[in-house]
Order: sequence, then C-alpha cells, then structure tokens
Amino acid sequence: MRSTRLMAAIAAATAAVVAVPLLAQTQQPKSAADGLAEYRKMLEDGNPAELFEAKGEDLWKTPRGPKNASLQACDLGLGPGVVQGAWVQLPRWFPDTKKVQDLESRLLTCMQTLQGFDAAEIARTPFDKGEQAAVTALAAWISSLSRGMKMALPQKHAEEKRAYELGKRAFFYRGGPMDFSCASCHGEEGKRIRMQDLPDLTKNPGNGVGFAAWPAYRVSSGEMWSMQRRLNDCFRQQRFPYPGFASDVTVALAVYMGVNAKGAESIAPAIKR
Amino acid sequence: MPDPMRIRAQAAGDKTTVRVLMSHEMETGLRKDPAGKIIPAWYIQEVTAQLNGKPVLSAEWGPSVSKNPFLQFIVKGAKAGDKIAVTWRDNRGETRTDEATVS
Repeated sequence: MRSTRLMAAIAAATAAVVAVPLLAQTQQPKSAADGLAEYRKMLEDGNPAELFEAKGEDLWKTPRGPKNASLQACDLGLGPGVVQGAWVQLPRWFPDTKKVQDLESRLLTCMQTLQGFDAAEIARTPFDKGEQAAVTALAAWISSLSRGMKMALPQKHAEEKRAYELGKRAFFYRGGPMDFSCASCHGEEGKRIRMQDLPDLTKNPGNGVGFAAWPAYRVSSGEMWSMQRRLNDCFRQQRFPYPGFASDVTVALAVYMGVNAKGAESIAPAIKR
Repeated sequence: MPDPMRIRAQAAGDKTTVRVLMSHEMETGLRKDPAGKIIPAWYIQEVTAQLNGKPVLSAEWGPSVSKNPFLQFIVKGAKAGDKIAVTWRDNRGETRTDEATVS
C-alpha cells in the first residue's frame, strides 16, 4: 500500500449525492445546469455502457439460438455484417422486410431469420429480461461503432418520408389524462423536468443531445436503455398506454427525431444521471 | 462465470492511472422485489490489484457501492508493458480476475 495512492474509489451513486451540494458552496454561484454538466463530465470516464458494449460484441459474434448462428450476416442497412456507421443511418427502409426499421426492430428481424428466435416473443419480453437484454447489449455495441459520426438518416424512399410524417403527427398528438403530447415537453427550448434540461426535438438539438445520445446507461437505475425503452418511458410519463416494442409508432417517432437531428454528432452509448 | 471487467492503464511520467469497470449487481440486501420478498445481498467485498504480480492495492467494499462500479487509482513506478491485474470477490464467494497491459 505504501507505493500506492488510492485516488478515487467513487461509486457513481455517491458522486450523485455529493456533487450538487459541494458546488452550491463555491463563491461564484454556478447554475444548477453547470453543476449537472460537471457531474456528467466526472461520470464520462467510467461509463458502464462499456460493459454492455463488450457483451453486445460477444453476442453479435457468437453462434446462438435454435439455428446456432451468429449475427455476422445481419444487414443493418449498409450491407451484411457492416456495423460501423450503421447506427447513424437508422431507422431506414429495408427492401427485404419492406418496412422502415430502427436498430432494435432490425435486430429482431435478424435474430428471427438468422438465429431462429421468435421476434414476437422477444418483443413481448419485459426489458432487461432474457433476449431483451441481448437486444439492448447489441444496440449498445452497434451504436458505439458510430460514435463521433454525424446523424444521417436517409429520406429517399417514400416509406421513409411517410414514417417521418407519421412520427411528426405522433409527436404532436395530444391525449391521455393529462392531455400531453411529446411536444408539450420537447417542443420548445428552455424547458426542464426537475433538474433535467429537455431538448427541443422539433429541430436539431445539437451534438450528442436527444436522439444522438441513446442508447444510454442510466446511473440512477444502473440500467442500459435503448431508444425503444426511452420512448416506452416517455409514453408512461404521458400516461399513454405502453407502445409495443419496435412498433410502427416508436419507429416513426425515431425517424422524426433522427431526421431532425441530421448532422448532430452521435455520442451513443451515452451516460445519463 | 461473472462478466469480464474493463481495465485501462495509462502511464504518464512515473504515474499510471488505472481505470476499472466491474460488472456486478451490487444488491444491498435491503431492497424488496415486487412480491415483497427481500432481494438477498450480493455485493463485492474485496478488491485487490497487482502490478506484475506484486500487490499494490487492497480494498474492502460494502453494499453502499453502486451497481457496475467504477474504480480509479494511480500507481507509481509502472512502465508501459507492465501487467496490472485486478481481482474482486463477492459475498457469495464468486471471484473474477482480469488483466491489462500498461500503455
């Protein structure tokens, strides 16, 4: 021990509790948002999303499922087996399924056709359980290979344009016991929920914000969340019925946000409080 | 078999910064499941690090450490090419060792 200095053995959860009160005591008062930005910076160095990336890479390359096949022949839009850069161009139209698919729904297709899993059954499985956990880990790894690239969702195919318009309608659709829409919180700048700044998703919110930040590891719950899960929770917060996993409306919303974020740099998988 | 750790060790001058991410549930033993039953405690109790086989760190951990913990420490005198090994043992007796090369 003499030759060693234990500099930091910081559990992320502890940092969350400590960071904010300490910052409040400094002479030049920092805004709450500055404090949060500093806290995120501290966390960045040890993003546990890396653990999920490692798992996802393994799941991609290992033969699994009833057909005992790997996912290496899976076409994510740039050709079979091409992973790098695929994430920033999803969701997109796929000629084989004749559908616009996001990363998670495309993974379900590949897991069914290549590995012999039942896609509908995985879609019904609760988050973090069984093969759902595999989809999330795969999404973490696949998105990590597009880190630093700019969002560039294609809008050439008529179905991609239709998905954008559908997503826009869903985004502004008000309903539920609180008469909420996505746009109620994400339709103008400067809004927040408690301490969380909410990005305006009706236009490009900037590098690494909104659509360009998911999948992400959530420190508060210790969970890896894909965009599908993020949307699922947005529906819960609006007191809407839960959308089906990889359903058309979730994909359409992803197209709407992704196309709006064109040119924004992807930092996925990110880390969230 | 527990999931592997991610270890990075980077030398700058005579100091080497080691960053470790461990994959662990770190259940406190105080939480209850939806049925009201207590989720049994399951957490890392002991962490050790070795530089080329020589112990350089040992720590006792408890249930207050977060899930998927991140550990960072600085070791003096390590050179590029040296081996840093980190081992943890949890309260179930499960253990995991991973190694990284200092760069």
